[in-house]
Amino acid sequence: MASVITRVKQKQIVQLIAKGKRLDGRGLMDYREIKVEQGIIERAEGSARVLLGRTEVLVGIKIEIGQPFSDTPNEGVLTVNTELVPLASSTFEPGPPDENSIEIARVVDRGIRESKAIDLEKLCIEPGKKVFIVFVDVYVLNHDGNLIDASALAALAALLNTKMSNYEIKEGEVKIKPGHTPLPIRRHPITVTFAKINDKLVVDPWLEEEQIMDARLSMAIDDDGNICAIQKGGSGYFAPEQVLEVAKIAREKAEEMHKKLEL
Amino acid sequence: MSQKTEKLIDKKGLRLDGRKPDELRPIKIEVGVLSNADGSAYIEHGKNKILAAVFGPKELHPKHLALPDRMVLRCRYHMAPFSVQERKSPAPSRREIELSKVIRESLEPSIFLEYYPRTGIDVFVEVLQADGGTRCASITAASLALADAGIPMRDLVVACAAGKVDDTIVLDLMDTEDKMGTADVPAALMPNLNAITLLQMDGILTLEEFEKALNLTLEGCRKIYAMQKEALRAKYVSVKEVEE
Repeated sequence: MASVITRVKQKQIVQLIAKGKRLDGRGLMDYREIKVEQGIIERAEGSARVLLGRTEVLVGIKIEIGQPFSDTPNEGVLTVNTELVPLASSTFEPGPPDENSIEIARVVDRGIRESKAIDLEKLCIEPGKKVFIVFVDVYVLNHDGNLIDASALAALAALLNTKMSNYEIKEGEVKIKPGHTPLPIRRHPITVTFAKINDKLVVDPWLEEEQIMDARLSMAIDDDGNICAIQKGGSGYFAPEQVLEVAKIAREKAEEMHKKLEL
Repeated sequence: MSQKTEKLIDKKGLRLDGRKPDELRPIKIEVGVLSNADGSAYIEHGKNKILAAVFGPKELHPKHLALPDRMVLRCRYHMAPFSVQERKSPAPSRREIELSKVIRESLEPSIFLEYYPRTGIDVFVEVLQADGGTRCASITAASLALADAGIPMRDLVVACAAGKVDDTIVLDLMDTEDKMGTADVPAALMPNLNAITLLQMDGILTLEEFEKALNLTLEGCRKIYAMQKEALRAKYVSVKEVEE
């Protein structure tokens, strides 16, 4: 995801951050404006579009019937995939998912899975044989930084918007009945990402901040303020005190977000 | 990770393999085990058996990946098909691709990459047998392999995990504890700089539990660091003996 950023601008960003300001006018711990729209793809069982400043992510949910994993015969299956669509950035190329898109998908997956957001046991049709498989497909449409938070939020919004077809079992066959039920969502994990720039922490880095950051740290926080997933990225490091500071602020930010989005 | 079939910690507070909550598994480290690699290391961490090899610095292929101001570090974490209970396909899985990335990012801060512009260095990690905590043992071994290759480094990188098992915060989870426990926090540390270069977590922890787990992990890292340094010293001491 490399592209060029001039030295003058790098210096400007770093100097501003040292004074507690940012190039786009935000405070160090402010998110960009967040917009969430649900149900925009009618063909999908659930969908949502999230705008995080100029970062734009679309998530579509498809549900199919398939086999459970052998170690969890009574649970439905959750699958998260991320596409860094070439139209989103000049640095994205067509082709199979690279390590960046796999990382985003796995971090989003971890947040939903570890917080036990979906009641997967309710997605079991016939133990060991038939379960519902929830496909969460994250489509990045415009890359302006912090894809992890935008993707995680869009995935949650899409899951909350998902309606499953009613069904009944007749002679071992699954028959679709009229009507829909919402997907059983119990928890609402929010992922908060920080960048470390010149030993200062900022929340929700935008593209140019990401390009000059030393490292990033993402934490997924559940409804009770517990941490349910963490991922460090980038080729820098964090001091132990910084990690604990991140955890504390992430919890505050997630609480704010839960209130604001009425989750 | 949710089913509970048996108690993971008994009445005396001991774990399935008889360890105390803050006790590491037995660790054996050897440096310079492969003759073709520029640097190599082998680690046995509990039942984990992992080989790491370093090739480079060398000309980078394909050449367009080379950077004008620093060396490019590449890393591949791979599990042997026979390393786990059910045969793993040798094709790289999404998990392996993610782990290759986080292992690379955990080693990068330790290397003076700017000393070797336009070159590349490859780190290959092969997990021969897995028993929980392979990413951590891989980092510990890979960092030693880099040191063995004579790469200038700020510090060794050492990794270890802590987690929550049956409501207790424990150090160095083995496979069963990882699968049945409630949380796992792997971390990598450059002990002399007190810098955390890898941090991940899955499961559910309160802020207080996380802080406890993080401190326990870092403590574990420092213990393994001593063994790491000893293993590095052991190789060169034995070389000297052969010469005499």
